[in-house]
Amino acid sequence: MVFFFQNLINALQWGSFYALIALGYSMVYGILMLFNFAHGDIFMVGAYIGFGVATGVTALASLGAIVLPNWLILVLTIIISMFLTSFVGILVERLGYRPLREAPRASAAITGLMIGIILETGNLALLGARRVRFPSLIESTTYNIGGVYVTNKKIMIVGVSLMLMLALHQFVRRSKYGMAMRAMAFDHVVLPLMGVSINTIAAMTFAIGSALAAAAGILFGIAYPVLDPYMGIVFGWKAFVAAILGGRGSILGATLAGFLLGFIEIFVAMIFPSTLRDFIAYSIILLILTFRPHGFFGEPYSARLRL
Amino acid sequence: MCYFVSWCLCGEGKKCIMALLEVKKMSHEFGGLRAVNSYNLEIEAGQIRGLIGPNGAGKTTIFNLITGIYKPTEGDIILDGKEITGLQPHKIAAFGIGRTFQNLQLWRHMTVVEHVKLARYSRISYGLIGAFFGTPKRQKQEAEIEEMAHNLLKMIGIDHLSDQVVTNLPYGDQRRVEMARALSMEPKILLLDEPTAGMNPEELIQMMEIIRRIHKELGMAIFLIEHRLKVVMDLCHMIQTLNFGHVIAEGTPEEIQNNPKVIDAYLGRESVV
Repeated sequence: MVFFFQNLINALQWGSFYALIALGYSMVYGILMLFNFAHGDIFMVGAYIGFGVATGVTALASLGAIVLPNWLILVLTIIISMFLTSFVGILVERLGYRPLREAPRASAAITGLMIGIILETGNLALLGARRVRFPSLIESTTYNIGGVYVTNKKIMIVGVSLMLMLALHQFVRRSKYGMAMRAMAFDHVVLPLMGVSINTIAAMTFAIGSALAAAAGILFGIAYPVLDPYMGIVFGWKAFVAAILGGRGSILGATLAGFLLGFIEIFVAMIFPSTLRDFIAYSIILLILTFRPHGFFGEPYSARLRL
Repeated sequence: MCYFVSWCLCGEGKKCIMALLEVKKMSHEFGGLRAVNSYNLEIEAGQIRGLIGPNGAGKTTIFNLITGIYKPTEGDIILDGKEITGLQPHKIAAFGIGRTFQNLQLWRHMTVVEHVKLARYSRISYGLIGAFFGTPKRQKQEAEIEEMAHNLLKMIGIDHLSDQVVTNLPYGDQRRVEMARALSMEPKILLLDEPTAGMNPEELIQMMEIIRRIHKELGMAIFLIEHRLKVVMDLCHMIQTLNFGHVIAEGTPEEIQNNPKVIDAYLGRESVV
């Protein structure tokens, strides 16, 4: 039982990363009906931006220019990096996807892959082919709760993730932009006639998705402090699986499926040798999709009518 | 050109009423095809204007040009003294043009009241802070919107459906939702593209009643495309007839009914409804 709860905690942390990234895939799909295949690499860029910001802020603090407690450095790092990475998302939308909005979906998908490669190799060119170490912003403390070991980092990671998801939920439900996003899933022609700018909403969606990916990147960096330019590929693919599993365009679905993916991976690794982890985990997901091809919360129809 | 008074001097010093919506020599080409040719229109405040013509005459194209979905190849569109030619659709909408569609264009999985609310998009001014924390400003605006939505839906006769998802509603009610959505923007002029298309006789009479009520209670200028001549003849003060992108006749319902060109091109030689 203790063993189970130990893995549950690990699965929650692991699932947080997937869920945060999957949200970006799902939101963009929800409004533009395309998958932004560069999203995994935006996660990577977010982690690197977080690395830069954290290093910068820590350096300033150690020089005595500013006196800050560690937790505040962490909060600042997350906020500043999310803000900066959102502009990467806006740029990707503006330069990569907007010119292809009316193009066949395949072209847009390929664009995503190319942007991904550009981001990876751009990072290589900029920082060189070495891994960087994410600064440890908070001291690790381990609590023993009835035999289950929980670190403060794990609590922080899960807590911050849940907070961001809740904020996103509020945003979509309560702001006019969120309402416009939901309507944009149905049409791009009528919405402007109600005074809504499609381009603004698209840019905003990319910005939010990228900011969430950046948060995931930083949290990942805190848990596993080694970053490399290709870290976004596998993570991006897996989060993409979560987005599909949750149901394309569904925010709740992406969140739950992200956590589910984390659970499946961790619990498979708990029972089977870890080399078989992904093999078995993704076979299970393949099986789920066979019976529920449109995911948990997706809509059964695939073609949406446009004017 | 005068912007501030509706009565003003125009041209050679004679008094005239300035049009609310004015279209001057507008043309549009699709590839080589001239879908709309040197089209002129003047609608005054409070007027109901009809646009009729056979299929493919270019009626919906004219709506799409006025609302900015297409950009005219030539010509000017002036709304309430402001030049709106070539602006983006969301800006034109915010200047005061509301519209419904020939084929229903609703956000199918959203509720009726959400349609009405979202059409207030450019008027909602509370930002993210308001959305997250429910500031007094948000509460005030939301209350205003709720009240406005309630009154509007009541006028259209669908206030009992406000929390229904539109995809579950019968066809006639969905048409009313479109109408409510367009009105919720508080437009200066309402463009209706075949408001009675696909309706049964009972729904048709109700819809005509709603259009009359909108005109009477809100004093709104209405520009409508219609296939059913009974509807146009009953509702409109002035009617334009379009054929192959040209206006072939313009006048009061009586004039149109008796115009030989119209009878020839559109009504057929035998009978007039």
